[in-house]
Amino acid sequence: MAVGSGATSRWGLRVLGLGYILLLLLLPLGLIFYKTFEHGIAPPLDAITSPDGLHALKLTLLMVAIAVPLNTIFGIGCALLLVRHRWWGNPIIDAIINLPFAISPVVIGLSLFLLYGTTGWFEPALAEAGIKVLFSVPGMVIASVFVSLPFVVRETVPVLQEIGTEQEQAASTLGANAWQTFWRITLPAIRWGVAYGVVLTTARVLGEFGAVSVVSGSISGQTQTLPLFVEKQYENFNLPGAFGASVLLALLALMTLLAMNFLKRKEDA
Amino acid sequence: MGISVEGANKRFGDFQALEDVSIEVPTGSLTALLGPSGSGKSTLLRAIAGLESLDSGTVLIDGDDVGSKPTQKREVGFVFQHYAAFKHMTVYENVGFGLKIRKWDKKKISQRVHELLDLVQLPGLADRYPSQLSGGQRQRMALARALAVQPQVLLLDEPFGALDAKVRKDLRSWLRNLHDEMHVTTIFVTHDQEEAMDVAGQLVVMNEGRVEQSGTANDLYDHPANEFVMSFVGEVNQLGEHFVRPHDMEIVLDADDRTQEGLVQRIVTLGFEVRVELVLSDGTEVWAQLTRAELQRLELREGQIAYLRPIQAKSFNGSSPSGHGASTPHGSNDGGDAEIPAAV
Repeated sequence: MAVGSGATSRWGLRVLGLGYILLLLLLPLGLIFYKTFEHGIAPPLDAITSPDGLHALKLTLLMVAIAVPLNTIFGIGCALLLVRHRWWGNPIIDAIINLPFAISPVVIGLSLFLLYGTTGWFEPALAEAGIKVLFSVPGMVIASVFVSLPFVVRETVPVLQEIGTEQEQAASTLGANAWQTFWRITLPAIRWGVAYGVVLTTARVLGEFGAVSVVSGSISGQTQTLPLFVEKQYENFNLPGAFGASVLLALLALMTLLAMNFLKRKEDA
Repeated sequence: MGISVEGANKRFGDFQALEDVSIEVPTGSLTALLGPSGSGKSTLLRAIAGLESLDSGTVLIDGDDVGSKPTQKREVGFVFQHYAAFKHMTVYENVGFGLKIRKWDKKKISQRVHELLDLVQLPGLADRYPSQLSGGQRQRMALARALAVQPQVLLLDEPFGALDAKVRKDLRSWLRNLHDEMHVTTIFVTHDQEEAMDVAGQLVVMNEGRVEQSGTANDLYDHPANEFVMSFVGEVNQLGEHFVRPHDMEIVLDADDRTQEGLVQRIVTLGFEVRVELVLSDGTEVWAQLTRAELQRLELREGQIAYLRPIQAKSFNGSSPSGHGASTPHGSNDGGDAEIPAAV
């Protein structure tokens, strides 16, 4: 009998798949929730609503608010260039865009040091202008943008390829200029690809640890995002604080996923 | 509102898509661009719409050189083979798209869209999405969308190519009637010679990026300029250097000095028409088109010997064929009528 053809083997595969997910994904996450609320809601809530905790939350949301729109605009533009304009350099650009996936975030953080650090290339000019990049918000934004750059491009390119150019050409014969065609035809046609890219970008920026950790210096109440706050609390043996912030992070990510599902369901109805 | 193209050239890499193409489409006519795939007919149509740029040559619409105008300013209606329906819009929004771009007010758009949906026989489907329509309905929606903006010219790129045979036939006669009502200058690309002859008043036959001949369906059929046109427009048999239509092949049972001997291989009855396939002594395979009555009179059977007498033949070659009694004007550009010489 061929593999996977019988009812028994189908069930076997199902149990195996579910078991894998349960053991590696759901169990650890569930334990975090359990540990967080083990002694009631007060200890984690206190940790999150502490001045440092609130600041970390605000800073994390600020990263999302800056990095996600930037990478969305860049991602759509870049996908359009890659798919709609034939150029010999396209494969190279395509490969370079994947770099943030391939390189460890810590290395990305260190590379930013080489550019913006005290002996970095851009240091003299920036110092003169009075702009501080490292150990402050600009550096963290750059790191967040860097690590989450490929998502929108990667999700948009295949959708653009699939819709083809005929609808856009039809719009132009009907009098629409390039801008009108983009807003009325192209963007609506690729919107779910873009939306999925945005969700992945948001999740990545929310959770980014390595690169941001290197460039921020993780100064409490100043350059500490939620993931850095979690680490600090854990190091200080403040487990309720660490778990509380972790749950908050998980909830934020969950909310973006649910928001997309909700919009999509509304669209389909 | 006529269209004329002069000296159009277009190359895609090594492929010469258009080679010094000139065509003249009179105002209000319905013209077919006919040719096999890769003949350049679609490229020419797209160049007229501005969807493709020419390497050289000019496109005039209503006497106006539109070479420097982008597509959206050429006021052409374009219908694509695969409909190019806006999938995220309803039928109503699709048809009203061009009007919305032109900033018509809502009431006027609504009036015009419903007029057009009546015209293309899709009333009551305004709120459907393209995915809920059949292929024929989608193409009629696409046509309504193109007509909504009252284009100067209407360009149709294999508009029925993706539809099944029955729907295609219905839409053909429907399009012809529509054109009789609207009188908008229309160019229609197709690879189907029957479709071209059925729909269009004027035909332009293209091959390998060049215009082979243009004229009415009768012109092309009766006076083909060359071998390609003769064999592409209508069926043809080749006997040496001569081309004979299957209905110009007479079958007789007695040989004379103007017949050729052939072995009847197959007899296919297609309703009124009968196809008789023969092999000549030199191995050439030909077929003759007979009526049922002729077949019955001849009492032909598969496997027997019969004699072929071409009533009318054409030759496009300058060299004179051997044989007796053949008067053959050769070398003229519109093909020569020739009598076939007897078997050697």
